[in-house]
Amino acid sequence: MLRLLTLCVLLVFGATALAADMPEFALTIRNQMFEPAQLTVPANTKFKLLVKNADSTPSEFESTDMNREKIVLPNSTINVYIGPLDKGSYKFFDDFHQDTGKGVLIAE
Amino acid sequence: MLGIALLVFREVLEAALIVTIVAAATRGVAGRARFIGGGIGLGVVGAIIVALFAGAIADAVGGSGQELFNACVLLAAVLMIGWHVIWMSSHGRELTQQMQSVGQSVKAGSSSLAMLLAVVALAVLREGSEIVLFLYGMAAGGAGKADLFLGIPVGIAGGVAVGFALYFGLLRIPLRYFFSATNWMLILLAAGLASTAARFLIQANWLPAWDNQLWNTSALLDNGSVVGKAMHILVGYDARPAGMQIAFWLVTAIVLVSGMRWMTRGHIVPRSTQPAAT
Repeated sequence: MLRLLTLCVLLVFGATALAADMPEFALTIRNQMFEPAQLTVPANTKFKLLVKNADSTPSEFESTDMNREKIVLPNSTINVYIGPLDKGSYKFFDDFHQDTGKGVLIAE
Repeated sequence: MLGIALLVFREVLEAALIVTIVAAATRGVAGRARFIGGGIGLGVVGAIIVALFAGAIADAVGGSGQELFNACVLLAAVLMIGWHVIWMSSHGRELTQQMQSVGQSVKAGSSSLAMLLAVVALAVLREGSEIVLFLYGMAAGGAGKADLFLGIPVGIAGGVAVGFALYFGLLRIPLRYFFSATNWMLILLAAGLASTAARFLIQANWLPAWDNQLWNTSALLDNGSVVGKAMHILVGYDARPAGMQIAFWLVTAIVLVSGMRWMTRGHIVPRSTQPAAT
């Protein structure tokens, strides 16, 4: 347990330096749908994706293609770091509203 | 109804697989039902608390609180499983002999049992908090009462049923090999959890990815499928793993296997010089 705590503390101090200038892209969840449903990002570049939930219900931004998952609470914004991605299309979805919350990221 | 049942099923399944492996690994141990039940109960309470504080967790550490929380929960589970595996490798043989000779429950070291109780609790807590948030959203979003009252039990029953099926499948393993089989399953489980922890730390940009996608086997088995999800929990299967995830997987597996080997070798020497593991 102590080792785990030490690790966590080390990670906090070690990682703050990493998040320098990185391109940012944004998505909004509204009426349980992604806006825009298709987002173009540069290939082979690491970037930060901001996902805003404009609804009053929680959502979960998830992508098996990009190996990412994060809960987005009502009226709040999360960030996830993605990539660098190879050229191609990467599907993502709202795990809590899979019927409507679908989108795709195009890396080119 | 189906949407609710499906999400509940998938989350319950993930926790149920972990609980099942723990249940199998503690076969024949006196009081294990109480321990596992207690672990599930603690996990449910923890899940509700985590869901209540989801906002605070999400905002913590510059917006990376969620990833960090998940990674720490996962790594704590890895440490506890590791402790048990190494303890088991020095006591497993006694356990098997006692079960064979008297055919009844044996006393196990309580510290090792407490570790596994915590593993069960953490697994339930992690998956459960997602269910709580999802159901809260469904209820707030105006989902019908009938949908909730049908969907929740159907989802839970489905996940638990798969867990029981795996459990009774595992019981068919001959007793001679049983504990080494469950120990290997625990090692694979721990390695997989470590790999998932690495994924969260990469997502939060706290760890380098060491190649974002080392390979892609999603055409063969996608992580979105139920089988893919089950394999993700059982052995840490990831269709598109990052290099860092593989590193975490390998380091965990190597440390646990060598720990197990070392303790087993210690078992052959006279009891007085055997390293204390409990």
